[in-house]
Amino acid sequence: MSTFVQSLRLWFAPERIRQEGDTPDYRFSLANERTFLAWLRTALALIGGGFAVDQFLPDLRWGVRVGLALALLGAGVLCSLRAVNHWVRCERAMRRGEDLPASRFPALLGVVVAVVALAMVVIVVFGWEG
Amino acid sequence: MSGHASPPRDPGLQPERTRLAWRRTTLACTVAAVLGARAALHDGASAVDVVACALCLLLWLGFLAVAHRRMTALTTARPPAIGPRTAAAAALCTTALAACAAAMIF
Repeated sequence: MSTFVQSLRLWFAPERIRQEGDTPDYRFSLANERTFLAWLRTALALIGGGFAVDQFLPDLRWGVRVGLALALLGAGVLCSLRAVNHWVRCERAMRRGEDLPASRFPALLGVVVAVVALAMVVIVVFGWEG
Repeated sequence: MSGHASPPRDPGLQPERTRLAWRRTTLACTVAAVLGARAALHDGASAVDVVACALCLLLWLGFLAVAHRRMTALTTARPPAIGPRTAAAAALCTTALAACAAAMIF
């Protein structure tokens, strides 16, 4: 977790990230930026999904509806924070000429989305009153 | 489009692609903000809902401002890398939007 705190300090210190290593080819930095934006879009989609569940599924029981919406919103928050963190780590690795950081977050998010989708299938097949 | 004569054009069009990625992200943010405003104003607006709706719009404007600044920076042939503060600001707008949503659900 200390590596997370370290990169958290880098979030707001552009001069410190520029002190490390050499500036990579600008195209690599732009590719890293686009990856960051793609993760941010994923986060925004999850947050939009949270809003949508709350509004467009009024027949669901209150607990199920709020739980599902909060789960989606939580996933969105995690996704956006992780987007910045991963961007900082990739940028630093590129400047130092190291390997790009490996991450189990995509697999985790994939499993969570699959579980939510399966839950929706079960709810649809066996009726709403679950 | 023949304004940039001196620096050679990047054959991969990386700045353009990055600019379009920002545009897509702004669009996603707009959809989320519109859903948020609709949630606030749909079922009888209480004081909390009005404040949350205003915050949603404010965050959307903030995101637009961040994206606009970055997109102007990307119009050069060899744009500098995005700063951590810009990235953090964009992510912060997203996170705060989720917080608004959570406040509106209760």
